Amino acid sequence: MPLAKRIIPCLDVDDGRVVKGVNFVGIRDAGDPVEVAKRYNQQGADEITFLDITATSSNRDTILHVVEDVASEVFIPLTVGGGVRELADVHRLLNAGADKIAVNSTAVFKPEFVREASKHFGSQCIVVAIDAKQTAWAERGDEADRWEIFTHGGRKPTGIDAVAWAQKMTDLGAGEILLTSMDGDGTKAGYDLKLTRAVSESVSIPVIASGGVGNLTHLVEGITLGGADAVLAASIFHFGEYTVPEAKAAMRAAGIEVRL
Amino acid sequence: MHIAIVDLGVGNLRSVHQALITVAPDAHIEITHDPAIVERADRVVLPGQGAIETWFESLREYKLETSIREAASQKPLFGICVGMQAMFDHSDEDGGVAGLGLFTGQVRHFSQFHKTEIGFKVPQMGWNQVKQTQDHPMWQGIADQRHFYFLHSYCVNVPDSSANYVQGLADYGHEYVAAVGADNVFAVQFHPEKSHDDGLQLLKNFTQWNPRA
Repeated sequence: MPLAKRIIPCLDVDDGRVVKGVNFVGIRDAGDPVEVAKRYNQQGADEITFLDITATSSNRDTILHVVEDVASEVFIPLTVGGGVRELADVHRLLNAGADKIAVNSTAVFKPEFVREASKHFGSQCIVVAIDAKQTAWAERGDEADRWEIFTHGGRKPTGIDAVAWAQKMTDLGAGEILLTSMDGDGTKAGYDLKLTRAVSESVSIPVIASGGVGNLTHLVEGITLGGADAVLAASIFHFGEYTVPEAKAAMRAAGIEVRL
Repeated sequence: MHIAIVDLGVGNLRSVHQALITVAPDAHIEITHDPAIVERADRVVLPGQGAIETWFESLREYKLETSIREAASQKPLFGICVGMQAMFDHSDEDGGVAGLGLFTGQVRHFSQFHKTEIGFKVPQMGWNQVKQTQDHPMWQGIADQRHFYFLHSYCVNVPDSSANYVQGLADYGHEYVAAVGADNVFAVQFHPEKSHDDGLQLLKNFTQWNPRA
C-alpha cells in the first residue's frame, strides 16, 4: 500500500514571528508560530515546515525557541529551514525538537555539507531545498525543458541543472527534496508540474512540491500529475481560503491515499 | 510514577519527553543514561533513531544492557523505532549487528524485499496504516488501521505463524512488523511521539499499562 500523501502547511518566520500573514478566525495571535502550528495540528496537517527568514544573524537563536515551543505542544513532524550553514546549526535545531532540517544555499555553495550532515545525523533528517526556475522551453524551440537552481530568493542563477542537482543531492545522502518553483511561487497558478515530475521521476527519495498553489486542484495535481510525495502550501491555508481537511477531502476524492 | 527515557545519545528525545509529559502530567519523567535510574524507574522507554551500531555502542559505553534486560523481565518496557529493532536477534544494518534477542527475528533493509523503482522509496518517510493483529491493552482507544508516522530504512519481516508476539503489521511494498509485544514488553517501528492523537493515545496507554493485570 502506498504511503498517505502528505499535506504540509509552511510558515515563514522572521525573528520569531510568523510573517506573510496568517488570518484564522478564532486565533488570538496570528503572529505566534505556536498558535498557528497548533491550529494546523488540530486540522490534521501531516507535517509543518518553518522557514526562518530572519535576516540578522544575531537573532538566529529565536528560531530555536520557536521550535522548542512548538515541539512541546505539536506532535507531528516538524521541518525547519533557513540559515543552516554548519553541522552545529543542524544539531541545535534537532535538539530543539525539529525532525528534519532543510538545507538550501549551503548545499549549493558546499555540496559536501549534505554528505557530512546526512552521515552524521542520518539521511532521514536532511532535506535539500531546491529553488528552481525554468530557463529553456521545448515548446518554444529549445532542445529540451530545463530548470536551473537559483539562490538569493530566486535572484541569482547558478547555471546548475535542477534535475541533475536533485540526483546529486540524493547521491550525497539527502533524505528528501523540497522543490520550489520560483516561477510559480506566489502566483497561485499551480505547481510547475513538469519540473515536479522531472525531479520526482529522477530521484529515489520523496519529493515535496512547492510554489504556486492557489486552489485545491493544484494540490491534487502536484500528486497525480507532478508525481510528488507531499504538497506544501502557505497562503491558501494561512488566509483560511481552504482548511487542511478540505484539502484532504479533495485529494481523497481524486483517489489519493491521505491520512484522515 | 517514575518513567525513564533511555538516552543513548543518538537522536532527539525532546519530543518523546514532551509527549509523555502531555499524557502523564503527574509522572516523574527522566531522560537518562544512568543504569541506576533505569533500575529504579517504574516504566522504561527505549527510543532510538539513526544507526543501530551507534545505538549498541552507547548501550555498552553506559553499561545499560543489564538494566534494560532486567526491565524487559520485570516492568513495562516500550521500544520505539531502533529501540524496537534492537530487541530482535540480529540486524543487517552496519554490516550486521547482534541484537538483544528479546524477540525472534531479523531486521533487514527494505531493499531486500522490494525495488524502489516500483514506487516504494527508502527510507519510508511518512504516514502508514497499522493493522492491529491482536487485542492488546496498548491498542486501547486506537481504532484499527489508523495512520502512524514511520521513518526507517530497515524493517522486521513477518515471522512464521508460530510467532505470537506480532501486535501490528504495516504494508510498504510487502507486509512487515509495525508492533510487537510479549509479557511486559511492547515496541513499535513508528514514532508515536510524532503520530498526532493516536500516537499520544499509545503513549498514554503505556503510562497506564499493567501487564500483570
